[in-house]
Amino acid sequence: MARQETREQSSREPSGERGIYEGLAYYLMAPAWGTLFVFLVVPLGIMLVYSFLTKEFRGGVIWEFSLAAYDQFFLDRGLFGDEPARIEWTYIGIFWRSLWQAGLATLLCLLLGFPTAFVIATRSGRWKFVWLFFITIPYWVNLLIRTISMKFLIRDNGPLNEWLLALGVLDEPLHLINTDFAIQLGLFYSYLPFMVLPIYASIERYNFALSEAAADLYASRWYTLRRVIFPLVKPGVVAGCILVFVPSLGAFLAPDLLGGAKKFMIGSLIEEQFKGNIGNWPFGAASSMLLLSLVLMMLTCYALSQSRARG
Amino acid sequence: MASSAHAAVGIVGVTKRYGDYIALRDLSLEISDNEFFTLLGPSGCGKTTLLRVIAGFEEISAGSIFLYGEDIGALPPNKRHVNTVFQQYALFPHMTVLENVLFGLRRLGVDEDDARKRGFETLELVQMSGLQDRLPTQLSGGQQQRVALARALAPRPKVLLLDEPLSALDLKLRQAVRLELKQIQHETGITFMFVTHDQEEALTISDRIAVMNDGVLQQVGESREIYESPRNSFVASFIGETNLLPVRDLRVDGARATCLLSGDVQFSFPVEGGESTGGGLLSIRPERLSIAPPQEGLLNGEVVDHIYLGTDVHVVIAVAEALSLTARVQNDGAASIPDLGTRVGVVLEAGATRLLRN
Repeated sequence: MARQETREQSSREPSGERGIYEGLAYYLMAPAWGTLFVFLVVPLGIMLVYSFLTKEFRGGVIWEFSLAAYDQFFLDRGLFGDEPARIEWTYIGIFWRSLWQAGLATLLCLLLGFPTAFVIATRSGRWKFVWLFFITIPYWVNLLIRTISMKFLIRDNGPLNEWLLALGVLDEPLHLINTDFAIQLGLFYSYLPFMVLPIYASIERYNFALSEAAADLYASRWYTLRRVIFPLVKPGVVAGCILVFVPSLGAFLAPDLLGGAKKFMIGSLIEEQFKGNIGNWPFGAASSMLLLSLVLMMLTCYALSQSRARG
Repeated sequence: MASSAHAAVGIVGVTKRYGDYIALRDLSLEISDNEFFTLLGPSGCGKTTLLRVIAGFEEISAGSIFLYGEDIGALPPNKRHVNTVFQQYALFPHMTVLENVLFGLRRLGVDEDDARKRGFETLELVQMSGLQDRLPTQLSGGQQQRVALARALAPRPKVLLLDEPLSALDLKLRQAVRLELKQIQHETGITFMFVTHDQEEALTISDRIAVMNDGVLQQVGESREIYESPRNSFVASFIGETNLLPVRDLRVDGARATCLLSGDVQFSFPVEGGESTGGGLLSIRPERLSIAPPQEGLLNGEVVDHIYLGTDVHVVIAVAEALSLTARVQNDGAASIPDLGTRVGVVLEAGATRLLRN
């Protein structure tokens, strides 16, 4: 009997139902493709083209092919453009600092978001929704207003410092505004739900009998978390990290308002290029294209490492 | 208490409460070394809770649990040398069959070569050799069940806990695996504690059975004892089928007993002697009742229903209003089954009845 059963396959054959929709597939996908085309492909195309055009001094572009934008990003030819080309570190430095800031914000969101999601997902029925509701409440308020409120809250003579001074915790106000800490606080606060929600969804689907099985087989809680729970909820963790990292990288509100002029990030750099009369559209477009390429490269590397690990 | 210290599992006065709900009520039980012990009862009777309490997944509200003399009541599950076969298997979906089986051995710190050797041996024991590199999703239900068994057996637990492990399998497979389980228990010499709601499964597989209801042990004994000498009406009706007749004024006179059934029907029947007297519920298994011509019957009545079971037929006989009996008749062909509406007599032999107090 056992032999017979061993040979029995449990292959999942494609069901017959699929055939019914096969012919309709293209029509059904058309709205999605259409939206993507109009709102993603076309704007990206415009940006790509603009990045290779010549700048008009009061914003806008002159329709003339030029590599000036990319040249400006990577090479330093002196103030009047007549010196031998050296590598321009300013923008690469801004990119690097942005990567670092976004990475740190992602890590912070993960460290706090994972336990939060875990606690919410393991609450009983009604409480789950109450907690999820609390998590999403800040989103009812515009990001700009939230960031400005944060600025007000943490400034040198703001409520936070006043309370801490009044309580005697501090002797002199903490200088928080215009620091990396303030940027982190802003990014963390803005994007935490993007970490919590996908991880929550993964943990919600996780079968807790597996944790019991692991404990039954002599695994400690920590080992169970690392080797059983984490691998199984990883898709949610990865989604959360991407959802936090990518917008953090391009964020300009938090760095602008909380970090001040000295703590420039890519988002602010790009934003500046399209603002008012001092902008440089091709340079802004080129910076966007470089940022996009960087993100795509990182995601591709991740996808490749995953498929290699799976063999 | 002293003997609990020597049993494989000693449960002493264990109570488990969930708020106001009491899942286990001051329960004491001993399971011997190398025993195939079954916890049997309807869903919600507390049998799975008892198993989870022994595994350590639930904390007990009162009492103590001993594993070969060691008090394990306060230990977390990963410190208890028992392993569980879960009802829905709970195999780690991201690990291969072999990795699943090696999980416990590795956690116990068995060195890798030894662990692998034992892993392969265990897979052979459950007839899963050659499938060690599959993922659980690539296996059929029966195969997953075997892997779950191998995973729990590989660390050689002192006691193996099985939580309705066969309930997800179809009947034929269930019957085959049942025998195999018994064989594996024999070969490994590990004490098995098996939970089921299927009384047939319990009767065929167990050395001893504990029947539970409402968090209370109803009776503990060997299959035969439980079936033939049920201690109360719950056990009598849960294990197999039975006619339960309320009786009054039972008197025994030598080899004969007389009593009053409901509707003041006089009933006189042979006994082996030593029967209890008084009132209660008289339990008579359908297979111990035979059908005879009306003039020979101890009770007479009209055939009102047939329940077809395949090899047998249950014949329902209405003796009086609110008093009917079910007799089991072997299905030898249409001639052996009395037609509906026929008047028939019912006879029984000494020893077929059992008086229950509740």
